[in-house]
Amino acid sequence: MQAQSKIDFSHFSADTLQVVISGTWKIGGKLPAPGEVFRRLTSDPRIKNIIINGSGLQGWDTTFLTFISTINKECQSRNIGLEMRELPRGVERLLHLASAASEQTEARQQRVRKPFLYMVGDSAVHFGTSTVEMLSFIGGVALTFLKFLQGKASFRRIDLLLLIEECGAQSLPIITLISVLVGLILAFVGAVQLKLFGAQIYVANLVAIAMAREMGALMTGIIMAGRTGAAFAAQLGTMQVNEEIDALTTLGISPMEFLVLPRLLALVLMVPLLCLYADFLGILGGAIVGVGMLDITLVQYLAQTQESLDLTNISLGIFKGTIFAIIVAMSGCMRGLQSGRSASAVGEAATSAVVTAIVGIIVTDGIVAVLCDVLQI
Amino acid sequence: MNRQDEKTSNTPHIIVSDLTMAYGDFVIQRDLNFTINRNDVFIVMGGSGCGKTTLLRHLIGLKRPVKGKVFYEDISFWEVDSGERSRIMRKSGILYQGGALWSSMTLAENVALPLDEYTDLSRGDIKEIVSLKLAMVGLAGYEEFYPAELSGGMQKRAGLARAMALDPEILFFDEPSAGLDPISAKRLDDLILELRDSLGTTVVVVTHELPSIFAIGNNSIFLDTETRTIIGQGEPHMLLAQTDALRVKEFLTRGETASAGSRAG
Repeated sequence: MQAQSKIDFSHFSADTLQVVISGTWKIGGKLPAPGEVFRRLTSDPRIKNIIINGSGLQGWDTTFLTFISTINKECQSRNIGLEMRELPRGVERLLHLASAASEQTEARQQRVRKPFLYMVGDSAVHFGTSTVEMLSFIGGVALTFLKFLQGKASFRRIDLLLLIEECGAQSLPIITLISVLVGLILAFVGAVQLKLFGAQIYVANLVAIAMAREMGALMTGIIMAGRTGAAFAAQLGTMQVNEEIDALTTLGISPMEFLVLPRLLALVLMVPLLCLYADFLGILGGAIVGVGMLDITLVQYLAQTQESLDLTNISLGIFKGTIFAIIVAMSGCMRGLQSGRSASAVGEAATSAVVTAIVGIIVTDGIVAVLCDVLQI
Repeated sequence: MNRQDEKTSNTPHIIVSDLTMAYGDFVIQRDLNFTINRNDVFIVMGGSGCGKTTLLRHLIGLKRPVKGKVFYEDISFWEVDSGERSRIMRKSGILYQGGALWSSMTLAENVALPLDEYTDLSRGDIKEIVSLKLAMVGLAGYEEFYPAELSGGMQKRAGLARAMALDPEILFFDEPSAGLDPISAKRLDDLILELRDSLGTTVVVVTHELPSIFAIGNNSIFLDTETRTIIGQGEPHMLLAQTDALRVKEFLTRGETASAGSRAG
């Protein structure tokens, strides 16, 4: 059983308070607070000196040091002399060590709260610079792509193939699941309304057109943003942390050609195919509802689908998918290359890549919808 | 390989004049002036956070100086276009602090990439060179390993093999012996001297390891954190013997300033 830690006070002389410390002072024990000493000081303004006597101390750790240093600080601010007697040698040495290096005041001042207007202005300026950065990145990618078309861009073919596998074949399971479910959902929503008119057969039209025009491309884009865009940002961000990108740059190899181009190509090649695949599976999902619940035969359903779909709808979806692929690849790579050099910066880069990509996809989709309406496509 | 004969030592290779480095408004070092001669083993030293690595980034084209110039022979490095800069950099090899190997590629592919990119050598020749370079740094047989499968010291040595791939005229080392055990650090020092002697390479080393500084350096600068500029330069032993700057003395003697004078000889 450890001895109870406690403080005893005695008056050494009229203006000197003796604080006798005894027992075991260790983390986890129940310790007296330095406040007890301060109360004594406040209640008796005559005290000009404190003597801390550690003769009864049986064990100690950092908690004892913090106790002493709190009293020390308070004494300094009240102009009271502090004397230590019979403290273990280790305590004195550590206290001396902690007071040896003066506090870096510069390091503290940076945490000052900034005024509201300052922050507004700061983020406005930041928005300006980040827009310029984004535009120059897009320009850089365009130039690199031009170089690729001329056959002068240098990247490893094997990287491209690996990336195609990563964002093509390996995305199939998740695309399958989501597309079938979206098809099902569309069919359910449509069925409830169309049943009122006895026009259940038109569920096939609804699902086919919605999938081909909108949902196939949109869902693929968003899945790729979360799956591949984030992965790109994290890969490039980690390369930034490890100075791998510096190593490329100083070797005269452009990270745009070597890292961004294959990622862009892989997505632009794969997403339209995934889009088509999503369309097909969405229609299949609709057929499950149509055949299973609406008493339409499979042949009827497919014939109706075939009648309602034309090349315009399908190619519009694929066109949008291609644009979404560019958006996902660019935002992933851009955020990755912009990433700072710490673990949390890489995390932020991945998050920011997904947010940028999804916003980009939805805004583009909106613009295309308006354009289609104006052009009557 | 007889670069040594063509251009003898004591001809300037890199000249830095009035260089000021800053991040935004925060000046890291100002008014740096020094010359790195051919065949030098040039040490950039100073306490942690004094801007050693930042200086290196200015020399290798990763960060533009706020003020001042860097000359490679007679070309002003930051005033020519980026194509010319990358031609200059092609003649130098850099060993980064953590090795900076490309993690998606094997060691062989890492070392081969500069060769693939800038030479017309056949696949077989490249393979031979890669094996030779890896063997030189003591990593023979590790061709098919990925960087993540190696220890930190091995990654660093592989990084050196990559830096040496194109037989560079200048080798930059960023904290080469940080994280290495004393024996590996010594071997790396020996390798640096060997490269300098046999290939006539100019070597620039950013470090704060005292044994290395004294063992390999034949010229050096000391970057001071407080005054934010160079407060000592010269051959390390001479510098220790002659300098009046207290902080240089402290640094070179691990803080044992009192006995500095007697040890210097």
